[in-house]
Amino acid sequence: MLKISTNPHMQTNRDTKALMLDVVIALMPAAISAILFFGIDALRVILTSVAACVMFEYLACRYWLKTQNSTVDFSAVITGILLAYNLPSTMPCWMILIGAFMAIIVAKMCFGGLGKNIFNPALVGRVFLFISFPVQMTVWPKPHFLQMVSPDGSTGATPLRILKSIDASSSASAQMYSPEDLPSYLDMFLGNIGGCIGEISALALLLGFAWLLYRKVITWHIPVYYVATVLVFTSVLYFTTGDMKFLPLAHLLSGGLMLGAIFMATDYTTSPMTLKGQIIFAIGCGILTVIIRSFSAYPEGVSFAILIMNALVPLIDKYAVQRCYGEKR
Amino acid sequence: MIKEYTFPMGGLHIEKYKITADCPIVEAQIPEIVNIPVKQHIGSPAKILVSKGDKVKVGTLLADADGIVSSDVHSSVSGEVIKIEDLPSASGYEEKMITIKTEGDKWEKSVNRKPEVIKEINLTQEEIITKIREGGIVGMGGAGYPTPIKTSVPEGKKVELLIINGIECEPFLTADDRLMVEHAEEIIMGARVINRALGIQNAIIAIDENKPRAIEILTNLSKRYIGVNVKVCRTKYPQGGEKQLIKAITGKELPLGKLPIDVGCIVQNVGTVFAVYEAVLKNKPLFERIVTVSGDGCQHPCNYKVRVGTPVSDLIEATGGLSTDVHKIVLGGPMMGNAIVNTSAPVTKLTSGILLLKDENFSKKEASSCIRCGKCALSCPAGLRPFAIKQAISFNDTAEDLRKLHAGDCIECGCCAYVCPANIPLLDYCKIAKQEIRKK
Repeated sequence: MLKISTNPHMQTNRDTKALMLDVVIALMPAAISAILFFGIDALRVILTSVAACVMFEYLACRYWLKTQNSTVDFSAVITGILLAYNLPSTMPCWMILIGAFMAIIVAKMCFGGLGKNIFNPALVGRVFLFISFPVQMTVWPKPHFLQMVSPDGSTGATPLRILKSIDASSSASAQMYSPEDLPSYLDMFLGNIGGCIGEISALALLLGFAWLLYRKVITWHIPVYYVATVLVFTSVLYFTTGDMKFLPLAHLLSGGLMLGAIFMATDYTTSPMTLKGQIIFAIGCGILTVIIRSFSAYPEGVSFAILIMNALVPLIDKYAVQRCYGEKR
Repeated sequence: MIKEYTFPMGGLHIEKYKITADCPIVEAQIPEIVNIPVKQHIGSPAKILVSKGDKVKVGTLLADADGIVSSDVHSSVSGEVIKIEDLPSASGYEEKMITIKTEGDKWEKSVNRKPEVIKEINLTQEEIITKIREGGIVGMGGAGYPTPIKTSVPEGKKVELLIINGIECEPFLTADDRLMVEHAEEIIMGARVINRALGIQNAIIAIDENKPRAIEILTNLSKRYIGVNVKVCRTKYPQGGEKQLIKAITGKELPLGKLPIDVGCIVQNVGTVFAVYEAVLKNKPLFERIVTVSGDGCQHPCNYKVRVGTPVSDLIEATGGLSTDVHKIVLGGPMMGNAIVNTSAPVTKLTSGILLLKDENFSKKEASSCIRCGKCALSCPAGLRPFAIKQAISFNDTAEDLRKLHAGDCIECGCCAYVCPANIPLLDYCKIAKQEIRKK
């Protein structure tokens, strides 16, 4: 039996599932760094979050939307990993479950599933937890390299919290830090700092970035423009005001900037579709990140910055049209 | 390092499958019956000059060009015209065809059948263009635009460069490649003929870097001729597209709605250039061409020299027949070619390949929902946004909206549909959009 169809008669084998699997692989170095620095607790958080996200998506497909089981495309796994990476290692399991519910059911399936959501599901889950459980979400165990459990259960401040409280005028912060309290840049780069389990090691995240570029899952534009904007903006503030809280390299290497720029701002569904739009989006994310980090009550601004820019994506898509062949520059 | 030329906007690196690159051209058997369509080109069908019962020879004029945008059609065999009626063509639609029953292989006396390459051109511009017209030459790259129009420079325009398209970026196809390897000198002479017709001394043969033999042979040969040069292009699909090739070679972009001649370029396919050589210097009209028969379901892939009008089924038989696991027959390349079911359809001047494809590698995959990755826009060599065109079609947008998306400038290369991770048939939407725009 001969078939007919329209051309092209060839299609790439890099389908949705293949791309998503590459993202999962790219996220693995950060998982290793998380376990190296936070031990068994990091593994618990990751597994709980992934299992919860996949379960919620499966249940939603089966009993609510009554569609094909969409968990096979691995996007729920990615959401699970990213949500976990945005939590401290001490996060109780039941809270992770709530976060996963918000991410998958509210932020993703309510909009119709993969490709239709407006906001990055993992970030919605994180921000919900952050607002609902501010205490648990801001307890940062000290990293304990190569030890499965924390030897003394001690906690400390993240570099961003330290930066924030260097500012003499912010009396809101009970504890004051001096610039000497900041960990070294090498520690920040390798991940030997307090923070969410997936965001600590810039090295691990950059390895993942290299994999994404090598496998052509994403282009370099969003991460590079995002990080560069933060670097430029903080440098301008630092060199004009001389205020230590704008220390550019510290902003670059700490908090969720790398994780957000490489893995969350680049989420296909919630970022613009043309290169031009993606660059506008990334610069917007960078500016908002610095503003929130520097001037709001929160030390970290990546999640809010990306979520705000997510909301602007339809607008960006409408106006950031690429030049077509033969059109005047 | 040699500078490599390519176009910057969009494009893809796809699997080449050039399995017949080293297969020499073989003359296909002359079929018992040929069906020669009177319209193998863009424009109006040719006016039929013969009637049932007429005896014809190889190269006899069967139908005369009807107007400027039309082309002569010649007999590809000697024998008797047994019927002139509408028959199903490869597209599935019925077309007027002249059916000839073959008797022997007697050629028109005017055709020079000696194998020597003629290296002298003693003809004026007008004589060359007349010969190209009388040879029934059309653009053999696939468009089928009558060549005499492209070789005569209109009033007020200036041509500076002739680009000869030896890119052949479609997977599987090697017809142009083999032609360049086996008939390099003829192609260079053909280029000089067209140069003279255009009144210029500047032709560039653009060859894809994946054709090392053709590059070597033509580079060495071109050194002996003034005004013909070879440029090697970095492989990228669809480099063989006229607009993409002009950008790659000259760095110039065709402004929207303009023709190559507006930037001083004329692009001709190597097959066309070879046909021009034969028509002008050997008085041999266009009635045969090189066809690659290949595909993962083809048992003995081969490059054939085929008489126009030969049924596709004859060539499939010649390569070992149709095995049961072949699920698709494609005329042309796998990216832009058409799937056919009627294998009795004839080979025309524009048939560059016949591909027998198996299901496991070349089936259409089921579409899932768009994940908004933007890869379609990134890979579009025309700089369009196929996802936006799809949306516009789904929402029944007006032709005016579609025009704003430049849907009419789609070159139908298929990059968007190839690259889509959700396997959405984006090219189908673009084609619908083009139709909507045309309707208005």
